[in-house]
Amino acid sequence: MTAPGVTAPGVLATAWLVARKDLTIEFRTRSAFLAAVTFALLAVVIFRFSWDPTAVNALDLAPGVLWTIFVFSGLLGLHRSFGVEQADRAVDALLAAPVSREAVFLGKALANLGFVTAVQCVTVPAVALFYDLPARGGLLPALLGVAVLAAVGLVAVGTLFSAMTVNTRLAELLLPMLALPFFVPIVTPAALATARLLAGRPLAEVAPMLRLLGSFDLVFLVACTLAFPFTLEE
Amino acid sequence: MPAPAVPDAASATSVLPTHAAPPALEARLLRRAFGPRRAVDGVSVALAAGECLALFGPNGAGKSTLLRLLGGLLRPTAGEVRVAGRRVDDDPAVRAGVGLLSHQSLLYAALTARENVAFAARLHGVPDPDRAALAALDRLRVADRADTPVRRLSRGLQQRVSAARAVVHTPRVLLLDEPYTGLDAAGAEALTETLTALAAGGAALVLVTHHLDEGLALATQVAVLHRGRLAFHQPRAAVDPETFAPRYRDLVTDRGAA
Repeated sequence: MTAPGVTAPGVLATAWLVARKDLTIEFRTRSAFLAAVTFALLAVVIFRFSWDPTAVNALDLAPGVLWTIFVFSGLLGLHRSFGVEQADRAVDALLAAPVSREAVFLGKALANLGFVTAVQCVTVPAVALFYDLPARGGLLPALLGVAVLAAVGLVAVGTLFSAMTVNTRLAELLLPMLALPFFVPIVTPAALATARLLAGRPLAEVAPMLRLLGSFDLVFLVACTLAFPFTLEE
Repeated sequence: MPAPAVPDAASATSVLPTHAAPPALEARLLRRAFGPRRAVDGVSVALAAGECLALFGPNGAGKSTLLRLLGGLLRPTAGEVRVAGRRVDDDPAVRAGVGLLSHQSLLYAALTARENVAFAARLHGVPDPDRAALAALDRLRVADRADTPVRRLSRGLQQRVSAARAVVHTPRVLLLDEPYTGLDAAGAEALTETLTALAAGGAALVLVTHHLDEGLALATQVAVLHRGRLAFHQPRAAVDPETFAPRYRDLVTDRGAA
């Protein structure tokens, strides 16, 4: 078939090629990142000014604010993930290449993970600043750790539904409608873990939530990777 | 390579040529349905190395769907596609020798011409992808715009870059869907030279086009797809360009298909 000595890249190499391509495009255009960060910062400000500190403690409110913003700002990037492929039907060239659909999915998910993590890196300090969260040593990295762990499951589900809805007329509406119910088992332990970290509870109390998050990550990542090839059939 | 036997009647859908070696590209009784509608219905074709099938047909005849089936982008409802004897949907590696060029650019607008072609080269495992990309762009006479983002290129130059992307891995089977779209005379000449060189090197080509002259110039087999079925399939040598045009019109307006 191909010239001697020529072999198509394996799953991980393909995933890295696709992720690097997506991140390069996002770095050049910055369209989804700027939209997501602007949304996140505006949401932090709006939540801040609608908050009555005498009625609700900042530590009680912050986890909900943080995860609401993570989910909706993340959806902005996830929606764009397959929009880039559809613009000039670049997806056809990708699917005609001698690489597995599963590897393409992992690459898209990896790029989305980078995108969501970058948005989180802006959002967590902003929430900490506006809600005057405790500046204990190690709190910020711990919060980011929980956020990234949860992001794995979120991008797995979001990437799959992005592929499913990109060709539909109401993609912007359908993606959140389909993805949000599947986000619940990830966001719930993530928000609980965030609340306990903010309250200064020991890590041992957070560990069960992290284990639950890890389990859902694994389940969603495997299930979505296996389901992805079927979403490409018209 | 001996010239393949090609069916000589409108009933070509059920007749397969015979080859000593596996054909470079072979479709057997290919069918693809979208709900109750059969976009491709019982199509069989076989191309030996170096052959070119010119596929004509009116809008909605199923030409693009057939091309997507041949490239492994769509799974057939029934039938099978083999590239060099291997089923195209069995193993992604079979697609390593397949190239696809469409009237849509299939490019990423934010990436440069070189990045787009090099990305395709990497996906196909081409050694030294950057150099291969530049060589392919040079072949299509667009190397001087290698570092320009695709969104800043004219439609014709984008099509040249797209052609470079399609041939960067020297495919053994090249699927072409209206490949001359947007090309000026120089671009069309560069593409024709590239396609001729690939065919001379043993690549099998499937050329979908509405332009009879364009298709007949490259073809070794000529087919007309109408309502998902092959209404006409002949070796190029048996087709007289003078009489083919009215025959084609008859076929696609149902006057001759009855």
